Parts: sequence; structure tokens; C-alpha cells
Amino acid sequence: MAEKRVLMKGNEVIAEAALRAGCRNYFGYPITPQTEVMHYMAKKMVQIGGNFVQAESEVAAINMVYGAAAAGFRVMTSSSSPGISLKQEGISYIAGAELPAVVVNIVRAGPGLGGILPAQSDYFQATKGGGHGDYRNIVIAPASVQELYEMTVEAFNLADKYRMLAMIMGDGTLGQMMEPVAFRDVEPIVNVEKPWAASGRNGRAEHNVVTSIYINPDDLEAKNNELKAKYDYIEENEVRFEEINCEDADIVLVAYSTCSRICKNVMKQAAQKGLKVGMLRPITLWPFPHKKINEIAAKSNVKAFLSVELSNGQMVEDVKLAVNGQKPVHFFGRNGGNLPSQKEILDRIIEINENPMGGAL
Amino acid sequence: MAVVFEATKGLTGKPFHYCPGCTHGIIHRLIGEVMCELGILEETVSVASVGCSYNSYEYFACDAVQAAHGRAPAVATGIKRNIKDKFVFTYQGDGDLASIGAAEITHAAARGEKITAFFVNNAVYGMTSGQMAPTTLLGQVTTTSPFGRDASYQGYPINVSELLSNLTGSAYIERVCLTDYKNIQAAKKAIKQAFLAQQANLGFTMVEFLSTCPTNWGKEPLEAMDWLKEKMLPQYPLGVYKGADIDFKKLEADFKAARGGENA
Repeated sequence: MAEKRVLMKGNEVIAEAALRAGCRNYFGYPITPQTEVMHYMAKKMVQIGGNFVQAESEVAAINMVYGAAAAGFRVMTSSSSPGISLKQEGISYIAGAELPAVVVNIVRAGPGLGGILPAQSDYFQATKGGGHGDYRNIVIAPASVQELYEMTVEAFNLADKYRMLAMIMGDGTLGQMMEPVAFRDVEPIVNVEKPWAASGRNGRAEHNVVTSIYINPDDLEAKNNELKAKYDYIEENEVRFEEINCEDADIVLVAYSTCSRICKNVMKQAAQKGLKVGMLRPITLWPFPHKKINEIAAKSNVKAFLSVELSNGQMVEDVKLAVNGQKPVHFFGRNGGNLPSQKEILDRIIEINENPMGGAL
Repeated sequence: MAVVFEATKGLTGKPFHYCPGCTHGIIHRLIGEVMCELGILEETVSVASVGCSYNSYEYFACDAVQAAHGRAPAVATGIKRNIKDKFVFTYQGDGDLASIGAAEITHAAARGEKITAFFVNNAVYGMTSGQMAPTTLLGQVTTTSPFGRDASYQGYPINVSELLSNLTGSAYIERVCLTDYKNIQAAKKAIKQAFLAQQANLGFTMVEFLSTCPTNWGKEPLEAMDWLKEKMLPQYPLGVYKGADIDFKKLEADFKAARGGENA
């Protein structure tokens, strides 16, 4: 029997995935282009007896997330770039207090109020901190509506497993597009015990305290080192990527989410022209597939890398770190809400193929 | 020998770090006593804020969550929505609640969140060393109003209890002080009433405590008490601002009956 698939919008699938992952708390504030997540939750979350609160601000919403997570419950918020900036204070506290939570960023073009069209210009913010302090968030970048479902469910499991924030990074294209999705049981819903949660002692001898403050510098350093050890473990064990045709590629594209889909089509056109083009598509932006890219760079067949992004060059910095001088690294991006055409990318590939060092960063 | 007085089990027993003459300690103890008397210590979550009482969680024996500056009512919302049959309170100062957290407290009240805010108003930022607060009195000298608060330059004090009592979502709001035995007993009664109103799902509840800050007011503890009575009371009159018509005797009787007299 054929698998049942339904045609749904990306943003709605994120919400449905959260509900299927056992999330019973959504706190949000309206912002384009992610509002369908909120609309879906406003109806369905309430119908199944969960908590939906339209907060007074993004700041309040992330702090409601903090509260629900501290009490031990699965919780999510969603927003878009300017709203995610406002949430950074709370995101830092969530990291400091080691709370599991899922945050969705349907990225739009910035800086400032910017525009409402798709972008990947929040890569730095998502992967390099965003808020204050030494911390990391798991950042997952799905590339299709099906993946939005599967990876949102996984985000909840990873958040609980590691007691930290997992972010789904999409963009306006992915959030707004409709594609068939199968709500298959891809991932068992892991129910993690939370003996640390503050939801009332209920007979417990000691009170539980959820906090991120450590006034004594030795205590804070010990805590930060504990977090670092956790992050190191995640970098070893949770890197996800897709590798296509890198075995004999001359040029290796690095692109994630929406850009990776454009690049897949470009690869077909390049093959028709006899060009050997591969792609490494990061699925987790943090932890980033540094090791994998470094291995590919060491292959004798690889002449150059090209990072393709909806930004003015953000992920390319990680690509350069990973390649570590072994091969030239190039960048091509469109921004402000524009998407690159396949021809633009193909033209750049042809240039690099003819002169791998020309215009390298 | 008969025990005539003992420390409340509502507090952990850890010595307070508060300055001599500050009334945080009295307020902590009253909240601890009320939690024990109502028998709700094990089903209460406190939310600490930012300021002198940032670590109130070290003193309250209930579960606790520490919140970012001003965000305690939002954090409390996230907690309470998941544990609707339990008790959640925030413990916030005037900088935290009335300045940086003005939006969060206002909307928690407007939504009628079933939480209690314990609002400690000493007309000054304490922990950061005596800056002007939204509640600083006209003419009051602080480190950021060194010539005295001038209405034409720094605007006017905010009367939070009056403000929030205008919101339909607010069920019970009372302002108290702790200057003598009688007022301390009235404050304790207000704390109990706030918890009872929360338990009955009547809406948002708040007790505003007028408090002293001898350190940042530059006064001896007793002088500070006198200053509070002379200067703060005219600006911040005591009283019930919302919920004067609530029958608390009935609420308490119902609460105890529902628990089968277990806390009697």
C-alpha cells in the first residue's frame, strides 16, 4: 500500500511535528514569514489540551519557554530573524540553566527590519552564540517539508537528551512552500526523565532550583567547562550531513537548506556540460561537519570549494576553517531576499573550474 | 519543654545575605510561614528575579526557578500553565518589576495569570548601588538623581498597585508595609489571601510591600523605617486595591475542606 502523504505548508508541518513529538506548550509572537506555525498551534494545541499563549513580546515568549522547560515540559517557540534577536537573552539563559527547548527560526533578510523574504543571514547568530556567554545551540537546517517534520521531531529528542536548546533553521521559502509530507514514525519519541525539574517538591527531600547564576568564579568556570565537555561530545556524535558525488568531484559545493536544493539542480546541469561537481550539504549547522569537509579537501581530485548561501558570506568562514588551506574556497551568495538563479551558480562553477585560484577567499 | 516559637520550614535556614534594616528577611519569613500554614510548600514554585533577591531560591524551601531581569511573570506563566493545580509566585523588586519588567507584569495581570507577584518596593535600585527606580519619590536623592528626582527632568513615580488594579485580569492587589507588628501581621494576611485567590483561580494576584533600603538611602535602620512612614506612605497609600469584595474566609474554608482538613 502506498504511503499516505498530505500536501502541507512547511510552517504548518513544523507545528504538526511538534504536536506529534509530544510538545504541549507553544509561546509565540506574530512575525512574518512564520505566522502559520502560530496559527496552527492556536487551534490544534488548544484542541488537544496543550498550552498556547500569544505573548506580549518575543522576549516574554522565550521566557515562557524557559519557565515551561524549567518545570519539565516539552516546549517550543517560533519566530523570524528580528524576533529571534529579541529572544537571544532568553536563549542564553536557557543555555546557562541547561534547559531543553526547541526554537524555530524561519529566517528573513536583515539587518534591522530588513525584509520579509528568504535569507540565510542568521547563520552567525545561530551558530556562533547570538546571546552572551560561552554556549552552543544545536542548529538543524532541513531542506524540504518532509525534513521539517522529521527534524523537528528529532530536535525535541536532542533537546531532551542533551538538556539544551535545539534550533530549526528554515527560511521564508521553506516555511511558505507546500510539499507532500508523510507523517511516518521516523523517530521514536523519547520520554526523558527530568528529576531536576522545578514543578513542586511533591515529597522530594530537597528543593530543585533551576538557575544560570554562579557568583563564585570557580563555580562558574566549572559549570562552563561542564558545558564545554557536553558540546565536545555533541561535536563528536551528532554531526549530520548529506554528501553527493564527492568521490570524483573537481568542484565541491557547500550549501544548506534552500540553497542546497538549487545546487542539486545546478549539479545536473553541470554534469550535462561534463563538469564534475559534488556537494556537501550540512544538515547540522552546529555541530558543523568540519571533519568531513576536511577529509574531502584532502582528496586529490578536489580542485576547489564553493560555498553558496543566501547571505554575503557567513557559513563560508566555517568552510574555510574546515578546508584549512588545503584547497581554494570560493563564495557565491545572493541576499536581501533574493535567491540565486541556477545559471548564476553554474557560471561561477565554470569560472572556478577554469581557474580554481581566481577570486578565492 | 514546650516549643513556643521555631523557624519556619518554609525557609531553608540559610542565613540571609541582606543588609541590616532591610525588610526582605521579614517578607521571606512571612511567605515561608504562610506556605507552611496553608500546607502548600511542596506544591509551590517560586520565581526569583534580578536584584538583591536574585538568590531568594536559596532561602525559600520550595522548588524555584531563577529568571532574567524583569521576566519573572513570563517565566511564571510558562510554569503555571503546566501545573495548574499548584502555586507559583514571583518575588521581584521595583527595578525588576516596574522598570525593565513593566511589560511582563502588565500582561501577566491582563491575561489574569493565576500567579502571585510579591513586589518589594523600596524606591531605589538596591543591588546595583542606589540608582533611581520608577518608584523613586520626587525630590529623592539617588546615585542617578544626585540633585533629587525632578519631575520636569525625570518624570514621576509609578504607583504599580493602582495601575494594575485597573486591569480586569487582576483579582487581588494589596499594598502593605512592615514597619511594626500590626503591619507585619497585615502583610502576612495579604500573602495568605493572595495564595487563596490564586488557588481559587480568580486571576492575577499581587502584594506590594513597601520596604526599606538603609544602605542606599544612607540611613540607620530605624531612621529608614521613619523615612518610609513619612515619605513613602503619602505617595504609596496602604490598602486593598483590587478584590476587596472577595470572601477570603469562605475561600479558606473551602480550601481546607477540599483538602480534607489535612492542613488544619
